[in-house]
Formats: sequence, structure tokens, C-alpha cells
Amino acid sequence: MPSTDTVKAPPPDREPAVKKRSTERPGDRIFRGTAVGAATVILVALAGVAIFLTVEGLPGLTAEPDAMSGQASFAGYALRLVYGTLLAAVIALVVATPLSIGMALVISHYAPRRLATPLGYVVDLLAAVPSVVYGLWGILFLGPRMGDLFRWLEENLGFIPLFAGPAAGSGRTIFTAGLVLAIMVLPIITAICREIFAQTPKLHEEAALALGATRWEMVRMAVFPYARSGMVSATMLGLGRALGETMAVAMVLAASGTGFVTLNLISTQNPNTIAANIAREFPEATGTSVNVLIASGLVLFVITFAVNFAARAIVARSGKKMNR
Amino acid sequence: MAKSIDVSDLDIYYGDFLAVQGVNMTIRARSVTAFIGPSGCGKSTYLRSLNRMHEVIPGARVEGKIVVDGQDLYGNGVDPVAVRRQIGMVFQRPNPFPTMSIYDNVLAGNRLNAKKMKKSEADTIVERSLKGANLWGEVKDRLGKPGMGLSGGQQQRLCIARAIAVEPEVLLMDEPCSALDPISTSAIEDLIHELKSQYTIVIVTHNMQQAARVSDETGFFNLKGAGQPGHLVEFNPTEKVFANPDNEATEAYISGRFG
Ligand SMILES: Nc1ncnc2c1ncn2[C@@H]1O[C@H](COP(=O)(O)OP(=O)(O)O)[C@@H](O)[C@H]1O
Ligand SMILES: [Mg+2]
Repeated sequence: MPSTDTVKAPPPDREPAVKKRSTERPGDRIFRGTAVGAATVILVALAGVAIFLTVEGLPGLTAEPDAMSGQASFAGYALRLVYGTLLAAVIALVVATPLSIGMALVISHYAPRRLATPLGYVVDLLAAVPSVVYGLWGILFLGPRMGDLFRWLEENLGFIPLFAGPAAGSGRTIFTAGLVLAIMVLPIITAICREIFAQTPKLHEEAALALGATRWEMVRMAVFPYARSGMVSATMLGLGRALGETMAVAMVLAASGTGFVTLNLISTQNPNTIAANIAREFPEATGTSVNVLIASGLVLFVITFAVNFAARAIVARSGKKMNR
Repeated sequence: MAKSIDVSDLDIYYGDFLAVQGVNMTIRARSVTAFIGPSGCGKSTYLRSLNRMHEVIPGARVEGKIVVDGQDLYGNGVDPVAVRRQIGMVFQRPNPFPTMSIYDNVLAGNRLNAKKMKKSEADTIVERSLKGANLWGEVKDRLGKPGMGLSGGQQQRLCIARAIAVEPEVLLMDEPCSALDPISTSAIEDLIHELKSQYTIVIVTHNMQQAARVSDETGFFNLKGAGQPGHLVEFNPTEKVFANPDNEATEAYISGRFG
């Protein structure tokens, strides 16, 4: 790789500077070299991915309708998939965030230590289950049970647009996919929140308790304000995971290709997610439809990037506020 | 409002570790009681057992009896949360809530009682408490600013204002001046003098001159030896403790021969 070469070979005219540096310990030099090298590799890899997606995706932007499941323009095609992606991710977060925060609080502040440690392990273990397993579980276990629930929802709450139906008996809808995603992001959000909750300064917890706060009041007065930015970034990380998750969604969600932009959660009319759509369509794709899929991948790349950026900005801003 | 505290045969544990053993004393209402003694002899531990803050630490427990105005603090059915609302506490390091304004910090305890407060009522409490803590003049024009923006001494007085805003019966202070400069320290000592007309005050201090200046009665705690529990060596009127102590160890400590 050319860029690492330039790091290794200092230009000869900077000889004196190099001499001065030789007072540096070898350990420092080796560490600095490795760190710079690693950082360069990461940047190069990231740039490589971005360039690949752009170059290969560009032809997809002007593809014929038959390469885009009959959509007239790429914007229309991508928009539906973006909607599907965001809908699944939002369902996942709406379910997972309160659960994770509750779980993290139980582990950090409520459960006795003998119980908290194993509970933490179990939650961490959820992160180690492969997505395929979640996919199977979603199809074979969760799906049928959700199907029954969907039929009930359609009959009794069908007047709410969310449950308009027709209910999918297999239960393999965006709602079920969102629930599976929720379980997959739960350990991420829980682990980060738990760490941050546990770091709340004793000083502030005791300030609240000494005023006669109950444990929950203490959590609201001392723990949450301290952990707010961490909770936001944990949620954003979970969102990143939910946006990009492919296998489980591709297996669980029986969405019809690009589908419709609809709020209906219990039928299979919703669009697929970008990642799952790529995974399903790619094996049969030829010619410009490959470019179309890659272009949709670029869209996902941009969204995930934006989410991470937003998370960092929020964390940086509230971090400043706490240290004032 | 202010109440007296009767302590009898109190043993305080951290798990299996006996930290303080066999304390007996009566803390008078509307007076200042100071605890002195070398580090690690259990002054903080004992102080925290007086408002049940001790049991916040996992495994920590107490044996014996503490009676506040006829009521057993550790009796069955006594809610530690209710105890802490009646017996306020000020810590060694000032600890205003970092995300709250000065105004909200003062009201933090009152808001826990959950009843809706009228704005005028809240304003009255804030002004009265900040005046009570000798801080009103310095902050009245910036009540909406964060409490963390104040100096250390001001933050500590803000914490005192927060503690007295709920009108407790007793105020416990654990080395409230040890993180402060001499001027802030003297401001807080003046404040303690004023507060004792309304409150029962118990203060732990490392500084013997401070104990002599502010307190009416002084308790000297000591360790029986390394690894042994702390105990109350002597409890007497402050003048007597400093002029003519009953116990040799007290005299040795006060005259600076150890500790
Ligand atoms: N959280 C705790 N867990 C276990 N032991 C503690 C804890 N806090 C204090 N101790 C022990 O209790 C004893 C008394 O400590 P402390 O009350 O802080 O003394 P002082 O305030 O007089 O310096 C010491 O031996 C100390 O190590
Ligand atoms: Mg102490």
C-alpha cells in the first residue's frame, strides 16, 4: 500500500529532526509506528469502501425500471427501502431502549451483586448469538405466535392504521422483524448503559439519598442526568446495529421486494430493509440491477454514517455541559 | 423542631467488619456537637448511622439503639427515606447536582415530597434557605445559573441551603470545611453558629480549633489498636474536653502528641 510506504520512509532532508527523535525510547517509536499504521489502514479501508460503492453504484442511479423491481426512478426505489429500514429500526429501538435502560438499572442499581453479575453475563450472551439463529427463531417461534396476535389486532383494533391488515398469518412482517432486531440490539444498549450508570459519582447519589430520595428518585436526580449523553450514544449505537442487520431481517421479513410506504405493521406490504433486500436480491441480480443494489448500499452507508456522526455530536455537546 | 438524639450500645458493621463499637451518648437539641479523632476511627461511619445513610452501602448494618425524640430510628416499620428527610446531611466535598441551576438545587429536596409547589411558595423557600445559608446576597442575581459555577465555599453553602430547605430536625455535617479555604471555612463556621438556634447540629471535624470554636459538646473517637474497632473515648462539654479532659488519650490527641 503506497500510503504506508510514505510513513515508513522519511525524506532524507529531514535528517536532523530524525536525530533529535532518536532520544525517544524504542518502545515509544514502535508503538507510534503501529498506531499510525493501524489508523492509516482503517482510513484507507473506509475510503476504499466508499469509493467502491460510489463507482459501482453510479450506473445504478440511472438504471432502467426493470432493474429496480419496476420502480420508475432510483429515488423512488431507494426511498421505499429507506423507509423499510428506518421503520424496522425505529420499532426495534422503541421496544429495546426502555427495556435496556430498565435492565441496565436493575443490574447497576437494583439487583443485589450476587444476582447482578450473572444477569449481566446473560445479557452479554445475547450479543454472542449469531444472527442466523435469531432469524430461525423469528420464523419458527416468534412468527406464528405474532401471526395469531396480528389476526386479533386486525379484528379488534383494525381501525388504527398501524393494524389495518390484512394480517399475515405467518407473522413474518416488519413488526416481527423489528422485535427480533430489538432483542439483537438489547445487549448493546444494556451493556453501555450499565457501565455508565455504574460510573455515576457516589457523591451525587449520596446527595440525593441524603435528601430523602427513594432509590428511583435518586436514579432520576443523580444517575440519569449524569448518564444522559451515554444513554443517547448507546441508543445510537443500537440504531446503527439495527439499520445494518441483514441476516435476521432477510430471514424473518417476508416483505414483497420494494412494497409500499405504509404504516401498516401487521401485513407483508411494507418495503424490505436495504440490507435484507441486498442479501435477497443479489444472488439473482445481473447487469445494472447489481449497480442498483450497490447504490442502495451506498445510501445505507450514508445513513449509518450520519447516525454515528449525530451520536458523537450529541455526546460531545452534553459532555461539555457536565464538565462546566 | 430541633430534636435530641439518644444513642445506646451502638455497634456499626461493614459486612463482618466491626467498624465502631459500643457508642453511648446523648446529643442535645439546639446545640452543636463535634466529633474529633484520628482518621479511620469511624467518625464518618458513626455520623452516617445517625440518619441511616450507613445502610446505603451494601452489607452495612447497625446493632444497638438510636432514639430521636422518643422514636427508635431503626425500629420496625421506620422508613429510612423518611428518616433522611428529617435528618439532613452535608458532605465533605460539596456536591450540588451538576445539571441543576442554583434555584433547582435548593429545591431538590422539597420537590421530592412530590406535592406541587406554587411559584411564589418555591421562591420563598429558595430565598429563605439561601439567606439561612448566608449565600443569598452572592447569588440572588444568578439563581438560574448552574450550581457548579460557584466557588467551592459557595457550593458548600448551597448544599447547606439545600439541606435546610426541607426544614430538617437535625443537620449532620461530615468535615464540611475540609475542602475549603480559610475564608470560606470561617463563613461556614459563622453559619453553624446561627443555625444552632433552630437545628440540632452534629459536625465531624479534623480541625481541633474548629471543634473548639463551634461546638458545645465534643466527642473524641479513637482506635483501640490497628485492626480494632473505633470507639468513643470521651464525650464532654467542649470547654472541659479542651481544658481538662477526663481521659489521657484525649489529652494526648488534643495536645498533638499523636494523631
Ligand atoms: N464503605 C466501606 N466499606 C468498608 N469499610 C469501610 C467503608 N467506609 C469506611 N470503612 C472502614 O471503616 C472504618 C472507619 O472509617 P471512617 O468512618 O471513614 O473513619 P473516619 O471518618 O473517622 O476517618 C475504617 O477502618 C474504614 O476502613
Ligand atoms: Mg471521615
